[in-house]
Amino acid sequence: MTPRRKRRLPQEAPSPPPLAPDAGEEAEAGSPERLYAVTGLHDGGRAQLDLVTLIVARSAPPPSGTPEQAAVLRLCSAPLSVAELSAYLDLPFSAMTALITELIGADLVQARAPIVRQALPDRTLLEAVMHGLQRL
Amino acid sequence: MDFNASDAVPAIPGPRTEERLPQTAQAAVKIVIVGGFGVGKTTMVGSVSEIRPLTTEETMTQAGIGIDDNYGSETKTATTVAMDFGRISITEKLVLYLFGTPGQERFWFLWNRLFEGALGAVVLVDTRRLDVSFDVMGRLEERGVPFIVAVNSFPDAPRHPVEELRGALDLAPEIPIVECDVRRRASSRDTLLTLMHFLHSLARSGALT
Ligand SMILES: Nc1nc2c(ncn2[C@@H]2O[C@H](COP(=O)(O)OP(=O)(O)OP(=O)(O)O)[C@@H](O)[C@H]2O)c(=O)[nH]1
Ligand SMILES: [Mg+2]
Repeated sequence: MTPRRKRRLPQEAPSPPPLAPDAGEEAEAGSPERLYAVTGLHDGGRAQLDLVTLIVARSAPPPSGTPEQAAVLRLCSAPLSVAELSAYLDLPFSAMTALITELIGADLVQARAPIVRQALPDRTLLEAVMHGLQRL
Repeated sequence: MDFNASDAVPAIPGPRTEERLPQTAQAAVKIVIVGGFGVGKTTMVGSVSEIRPLTTEETMTQAGIGIDDNYGSETKTATTVAMDFGRISITEKLVLYLFGTPGQERFWFLWNRLFEGALGAVVLVDTRRLDVSFDVMGRLEERGVPFIVAVNSFPDAPRHPVEELRGALDLAPEIPIVECDVRRRASSRDTLLTLMHFLHSLARSGALT
């Protein structure tokens, strides 16, 4: 068992996107290459949606809506996560959040925010997850 | 609520009837399953999920910014980063999602918020290639995401005493290391339970940050 690891320490603030370590392999020397998301992940409106935000339709697809909007509204007649919507509609996550943001703006869907890890974790929540897993 | 789905509409893929969540589903939590290439992430997600495992993607462009580029002449190539996920209903109100995330560190910034919001992580390791999971462990440590280590027992993989593994992985004594056969639902479930017990003990001791 030769490979040995060295543990890392928590960083104070989240670091900016790292440069790809081997991104330069196709680029000429001295021409830095960068990786970034096509549609921008730091857009204010979209930043609120998580992969597991549950989306629920508030109404039937309006006749004026686009086919994509109608597809989302039909899928969300029962709650469905942004990740599942993205998978079923075969849309990248950022495109999916843009579409949902429009629907939230038009009051056609409701978003139910996920529970994220907190400084003071809710032990009742952790216990509920344990009990759910035990039934599996 | 029931918005009569018109039969005239062309069928788009969607959840099967038995895969639909109840209207009472209020909130979701997530756990990430991480590890290097080919360690069994997708298999683990599939073995415990109540839905057929799905894949979500993010697309990035890789832009070459040449020193003497003319405007608009920079070359871009699209890269797609895929992530498998599955789902487990916990209660009428609460849903757990499991994400199997890719091991290449250069792509993780796309999913930073996934890591940060997750309750915790399972790091899968293959004892034949321990080092393929090193990067992801360091990343979780930097971001303060609690994790446990699960050794996916491939038949021809060498077995090591836990304390030897702990040394090689430089893990603190309290971090659980378990064996797992990710192809078996019970084994994957027990691994997730070990993570939950660990998170619970951290919460009790107030050590979670
Ligand atoms: N014998 C054995 N094979 C396994 C086990 N777990 C996974 N495999 C096989 O190993 C291969 C890789 O497993 P995956 O679940 O695809 O691994 P992954 O981590 O998702 O791989 P990437 O997404 O490509 O990084 C598959 O062919 C699995 O069937 C195991 O516990 N025992
Ligand atoms: Mg996989």
